[in-house]
Amino acid sequence: MAHSTAARRARQTAKPSPSALAEEYRGWLRQMMVIRRFEEKAGEAYSLGKIGGFCHLYIGQEAVAVGSIAALRPDDYIVCSYREHGHALARGMSPRTVMAELFGKAAGCSKGKGGSMHLFDAERHFMGGHGIVGGHIPLATGLAFAAKYRNTEQVAVCYFGEAAVNNGAFHEALNMAALWKLPCIYICENNRYGMGTALERASAIYDISERASSYDMINEVVDGQDVLVMKNAMDRAVERARLEKAPTLLEVRTYRFMGHSMSDPIHGHYRTKEEVEEHRKRDPIALWSRKLITDSLMDEPAIRTLDAEVTAEIAEAYEFADKAPDPEPGELFTDVYKETGVNGER
Amino acid sequence: MPVLTYRDALNAALREEMRRDPDVFLMGEEVGVYQGAYKVSRGLLEEFGPMRVVDTPITELGFAGVGVGAAMAGLRPVIEFMTWNFALLAIDQLVNSAAKMRYMSGGQVGVPAVFRGPGGAALQLGAQHSQAFESYYAHIPGLKVVMPATPADAKGLLKTAIRDDNPVVFIEGEMLYNTKGEVPEGEYTIPLGQAEVKKSGRDVTIVCHSKTVSVALKAAEQLAGEGIEADVVDLRTIRPLDHTTVLESVGRTHRCVVAEEGWPFAGVGAQVVDVIQREAFDELDAPVVRVTGADVPMPYNKQLEKAAKVDPGKVVEAVGRVLYR
Repeated sequence: MAHSTAARRARQTAKPSPSALAEEYRGWLRQMMVIRRFEEKAGEAYSLGKIGGFCHLYIGQEAVAVGSIAALRPDDYIVCSYREHGHALARGMSPRTVMAELFGKAAGCSKGKGGSMHLFDAERHFMGGHGIVGGHIPLATGLAFAAKYRNTEQVAVCYFGEAAVNNGAFHEALNMAALWKLPCIYICENNRYGMGTALERASAIYDISERASSYDMINEVVDGQDVLVMKNAMDRAVERARLEKAPTLLEVRTYRFMGHSMSDPIHGHYRTKEEVEEHRKRDPIALWSRKLITDSLMDEPAIRTLDAEVTAEIAEAYEFADKAPDPEPGELFTDVYKETGVNGER
Repeated sequence: MPVLTYRDALNAALREEMRRDPDVFLMGEEVGVYQGAYKVSRGLLEEFGPMRVVDTPITELGFAGVGVGAAMAGLRPVIEFMTWNFALLAIDQLVNSAAKMRYMSGGQVGVPAVFRGPGGAALQLGAQHSQAFESYYAHIPGLKVVMPATPADAKGLLKTAIRDDNPVVFIEGEMLYNTKGEVPEGEYTIPLGQAEVKKSGRDVTIVCHSKTVSVALKAAEQLAGEGIEADVVDLRTIRPLDHTTVLESVGRTHRCVVAEEGWPFAGVGAQVVDVIQREAFDELDAPVVRVTGADVPMPYNKQLEKAAKVDPGKVVEAVGRVLYR
C-alpha cells in the first residue's frame, strides 16, 4: 500500500492522549525497575555460582535501553554488545527466559547455549548480544542493508560502548551506512570506561559524537540518565532512518554503577568511590520517579507498590531459572549447521 | 555440452542463482562497475543493478560483517573477497559471527551466506599474496569449505553453496580462472561433501583439491608411462570431508599420497591422513606421504617460488616413496 511521506510522518508524530502517555511513562519506570531488580538478582546468583562465565551488569544505564527501544516498532532490528540484559528485557523478553539463559538452562532464550553475552530472540528481532568489541557494528549495518534491499521501513539499532569507537569495525560500518544511506542508528553508550580504561586514556578526542562528522553523519549528544530525553532523541533518529534512510550516531552519556563485570569491583584502581557516588546522584530510576511524582502521574506509595511487584516477578524468574532443567546432552551437537537438502535445495 | 572457462562457469552460477532467487545479491570490491577483479561478475551489474551487485570500499571486515547481518535477516549474500589473503581482515566476521550465530542463538538465527574469492599462489606475487587458507576455515565448526577444481564443479558447487542455509567459504583457484572444461547448461548442482574420483587407477591413491587436482592428474599421466595407475581423488569440499570416497580408494590401492598447496603444519592433508590411519590402518601397505607447499613465506624469485610449490614431479617422487621404488 502506498503512503505519502507526509502522511506517514503525520501518523508517526501523532500525539498520544494524555492518559496513554501517562501509561507509557509509568511503563518506562516499570521496565527500568525490572532491569535494576533483574541485574541485582543476577549479581547475587553469580556470587552463588549459579551463573558462570562473564556477567556484565547494566545497572545505572537502564534509561538508555528503555528510552531508545520505546521508540521502535516490533519489526525493527536490535543488535547489542555483551552488556545486553537490559536491552533484552526492554524489548519485552521475559525475565524468566533471560534469567534461565544466564543460568545456562534449556528454557533460556538461546537454549542455554549462548549465556549472558549471547541473548537472542528472533521473533522480537533481537539479534543478539555479541562478545567481540565492535564486531557487531557491521552486523547491524547489514540488517539495515537488508531493510533497504527489501524496501521495508524497518530500522536497525546497534548498541556499543565508547571503547568500541576506536575499533576499525565501527569506522568501516559507519562509512558504509553513510555512503549507502542505510536506516541504521548507532547508539554509543558512553559510560566513560572501557573496562578499566577511561575515555581520555583511549581516545584522541573526547566527544564521541564528533566521530560521525568523518562520515557526514547526523549525530547528537544525549543525556542517557533521563529516559524521556533518550526517547525524544531516539524518535528523531528513528524518523530520519525510517523516512529518509539516513543513519545517525547518538552519543549517549551514561555511567555504569557497577564494575565492568562481576569480577571487577565497583571502584578500584581506575575510578574513585567519590566519582561513583557523584554519578549515583543521577540514578535514572530515581530521576524518573521524581518526574512522575512532580507531574502527579504516580505517588510514592504507588511507586513502592510497583517496586514490590517487580521484585516479586524477578524472584519468581530466579526460582524458575534455578529449577529449570539443563539442556539434554544431545543438544551439544545440534544447531551447528542447518540441514539442507541433498542438492542444497531450500 | 558447452565448453566454458572456470571464470565463466562461476559467472553462470551467479547469474542463474540471482535470476532464480531475488534474495541473492553479490557484494565486494570491484564486482560491479569494474566487472570483477578477475571478471567473475562480468555483466551482472547490467542485468541486476546496483542494489544487487554492490561495489564496496576496501573494507573487508566491514562488508563481510554487512553480509553476515544481511544473511541474519534472511537474505542470501555472496560476498566476494578480491583474494583470500585480504579476507584475513574479515576473519573475525567469519569465525566469531557467521560460524557461531546459529549455535549461540540456540538455532534461531542462521547465516546463509557465501564468502568467495581466489586462494592459493599465482605467479611471483610474493609472500602476502600467495597463501592457501583452507585449513584455517575448515578448522571452524559452523563453516563449510568448498574448493572446486574444474569449471563444471565450479558451477555446480557454487549453485549449491548459494542455496545452502549455512555460511560457506568458497575458495576458487587463482590459477584456474582461465582453465576450460565442459559445463552442463542450466540447473546443475553438486552436493557439498562429496569427493570425486577424477581418474581411476589401482596402484596408488592421490588425494588432492583445487589447483593440486591438475598437478595430480599430470603426475598420474607421468606415472602411467611407468606402468603405475593412480586413483586421483578430488575432495571438492574440505568441510564436510567425504571420508567414504577417500577410504574406498585407499581400500583399492593400499597406498596413498595427499597433495595440497598449503603449508604442512596442521594442513588439510593432516586431517585426511588422520582419517586414513584410523579407518583404514589395516589396508595400508605403506605410510601415507604428504606433498605440501614449502614451510616458508612464499619467495618472490621465480626459481625459489617454483621450489616452494607443489608440482607433478614432487607428487611422482612421493608416489615412488609409498611404492618403495
